[in-house]
Amino acid sequence: MDLRFTPEETTFREDVRAFIRDNLPTDIRDRMRLGHGPRKEDTVRWQRILNKQGWAGLSWPKEWGGPGWTSIQKMIFLEENQVAPAPELSSFNITMIGPVLIQFGTDEQKRRFLPRAANLDDWWCQGFSEPGAGSDLASLKTSAKRDGDVYVVNGQKIWTSTAHLADWCFLLVRTNPNAAKRQEGISFLLVDMKTPGITVRPIISIDGAHHLNEVFFDDVKVPVSMRVFEENKGWDVAKFLLGNERTGIARLGKSKERVKAAKAMAREVNANGRPLIQDAAFRQRVAQLEIDMQALEITQYRVISAYDKAKGSGRPDPLSSVLKVKGTELLQATTELAMDVAGPLSMPVWAEELAAMNEPDDMLEAASASTGSYLFLRAASIYGGTNEIQKNILTKAVLGL
Amino acid sequence: MDFELSDDQRLLQDSITRLLGDRYAFEQRKGYVKAAEGFSPALWSQYAELGLLGVPFAEEYGGFGGGAQEIMLVMQAFGRALILEPYLATVVLGGTALQLAGSDGQKAEIFPAVAEGRMKLAFAHSERQARYDLSDVVTTAKRSGGGWVLDGAKSVVTHGDAADKLVLSARTSGDRYDADGITLFLVDTAAAGLARRGYATRDEQRAADVALSNVTVGDGDVLGEVGNGLAIVQPIVEAGIAATGAESVGAMEAMHSMTLEYSKTREQFGKPIGSYQVVQHRLADMFMTMEQGRSMAMLATMMVEEPESAERTRKIAMAKVGLGQAARYVSQSAIQMHGGIGMTEEYAVGHYFRRCMVIERLFGDPAYYLQRLAEDVE
Repeated sequence: MDLRFTPEETTFREDVRAFIRDNLPTDIRDRMRLGHGPRKEDTVRWQRILNKQGWAGLSWPKEWGGPGWTSIQKMIFLEENQVAPAPELSSFNITMIGPVLIQFGTDEQKRRFLPRAANLDDWWCQGFSEPGAGSDLASLKTSAKRDGDVYVVNGQKIWTSTAHLADWCFLLVRTNPNAAKRQEGISFLLVDMKTPGITVRPIISIDGAHHLNEVFFDDVKVPVSMRVFEENKGWDVAKFLLGNERTGIARLGKSKERVKAAKAMAREVNANGRPLIQDAAFRQRVAQLEIDMQALEITQYRVISAYDKAKGSGRPDPLSSVLKVKGTELLQATTELAMDVAGPLSMPVWAEELAAMNEPDDMLEAASASTGSYLFLRAASIYGGTNEIQKNILTKAVLGL
Repeated sequence: MDFELSDDQRLLQDSITRLLGDRYAFEQRKGYVKAAEGFSPALWSQYAELGLLGVPFAEEYGGFGGGAQEIMLVMQAFGRALILEPYLATVVLGGTALQLAGSDGQKAEIFPAVAEGRMKLAFAHSERQARYDLSDVVTTAKRSGGGWVLDGAKSVVTHGDAADKLVLSARTSGDRYDADGITLFLVDTAAAGLARRGYATRDEQRAADVALSNVTVGDGDVLGEVGNGLAIVQPIVEAGIAATGAESVGAMEAMHSMTLEYSKTREQFGKPIGSYQVVQHRLADMFMTMEQGRSMAMLATMMVEEPESAERTRKIAMAKVGLGQAARYVSQSAIQMHGGIGMTEEYAVGHYFRRCMVIERLFGDPAYYLQRLAEDVE
């Protein structure tokens, strides 16, 4: 047992940090430091820089442009990228559809989609949830009826993040409504978002922003060649996708960066006649967060290390549910911290007014962004399998109940 | 980074688990509690035979040549079985003191005796007024002839009543709270003027208050440098934090699996209580908390192996807080999920609960370390 990083891992971290420092466009970094999420063009610009360096296909095999990193190296990269702070790689492209195509796709599908996914030439979105199928995903109803060389898709998806920005969607549909088990009648399709019959309607979330959508499918024709894996075996693909590469799920680097930003702001604002950073209760709260992050960091490396050892088993480690639950709880706690530091300045929605005034005020912008993040990241314990579902997974997989 | 055990470590773990499986069932343990010593002298001899009492000592002194990782494995197994013997006091605390500050002569005398089970040690540092402040020492050692004369009192010395020798701190110069001027001595518990009052602690282990009145020791009994004892006390305490942290992980494992088993057999409203989601999620929460605690025990173990530094002190303090909080949650949940039976003396879970309760406040509690960490927030 040796919990220290090897000299090679430490060198790798320094190299990654230096590359990000030298290549991350400063306008992107500055916006993110204020607590804004990246815009589409920010994510595209950064992912293309990383792709040019050969780093975008993080977990992909070398033959498909992956960097060939160990799991520890991947983790180090993710953390450095989040701490920078830089836009994260498109998870739809890199950790979802990419590995799915590598595992289940035809050669034609791989050649056509993988290089474009790595370079963000195609922006992918995920068509899984439906109004009646959230945590109970297998009850999905969107239907696909075979008609010669095409499937005719009808139905509705919801909570589809970035569908309004997307070029392609990977979609779960029901191809056999009469299957003995609900899971057995599902197929996995790749759908061009420009196909006639697709309507995207925005859902404005509680942070006032447009991340989410409803997507309607009305006699949408999808070529059979765009099906991944066998007909009615889409659930296997979905399970692989949901269980694959969950090691980055704790987003610990993000939490670290947010705590750092909150501390920086706490030096600028006063409480009881002195900088808030000097307040004992505030310091205890920060110390507690740092303790929780420290514990999760070790747990994360334990999961990764076990993942590397068990390579090929294809089964997600149930401990990754611990990462999801604890990681998102922490991330949410960091947004609360930032908002509480911002105090009364957290109340205004400044975005448009600040832009119109053309007088940059970082404090006001960061304070306003803090409530935006707080509100937006309430979703963190809901998406990717709610934290309650994660506890169900633990109940079955670890506890055997 | 590597979390795998070596073959030797696995062997060590297996042999302890086998011994404790045979000899430390909860019913057998009840007998050991009732023994005059408050633990099993027979088991102590068995530990010696297995080489457990020499785990951290060099092979030239009859030891196993292990380090903090081996201690972690032993303590975790001891936590699972809830052992009563003075291993922490003798091997971890006393052993660390001698490792760090003992002269060759002191090591040659004491390590083989400890490893063979002939000598027990205890760490007599804390005083009644001191709470968790390591520099709050008022017991004095005054120069007299060719030696020292000790006067004062030590409070709640873990396994102090079983010890043959104490690693005892006294002030050779300066005032209460001064970091400088504390010196460690090796004091024979049979020395004239030394009185011990032993008692049970809440976890059925033993401790003693030690009173010193005109106790004479020689220069050869000084451990380390005169006046620089705090520099040894700190790493002794840190070794204790790592060891009891591992012990509490073992106790959490036991409580978690007991609670899990109970939830499968206990029926209410016609179904096992483990079929109710509210119980399942509490068990999942216990599991997650335990795993976070396990990570912190690993961190503490790793840091104990590192040279002294601010980073080491900080990380061990973090581990202490995290482990204390984790064990408290798992313990409280274990009793809650058991219901009434968990409240009884007859049932094991409450005994694990009490050990974790005591460990939480050995060497400083989470509130104490959280405050110190808060002071260091940058």
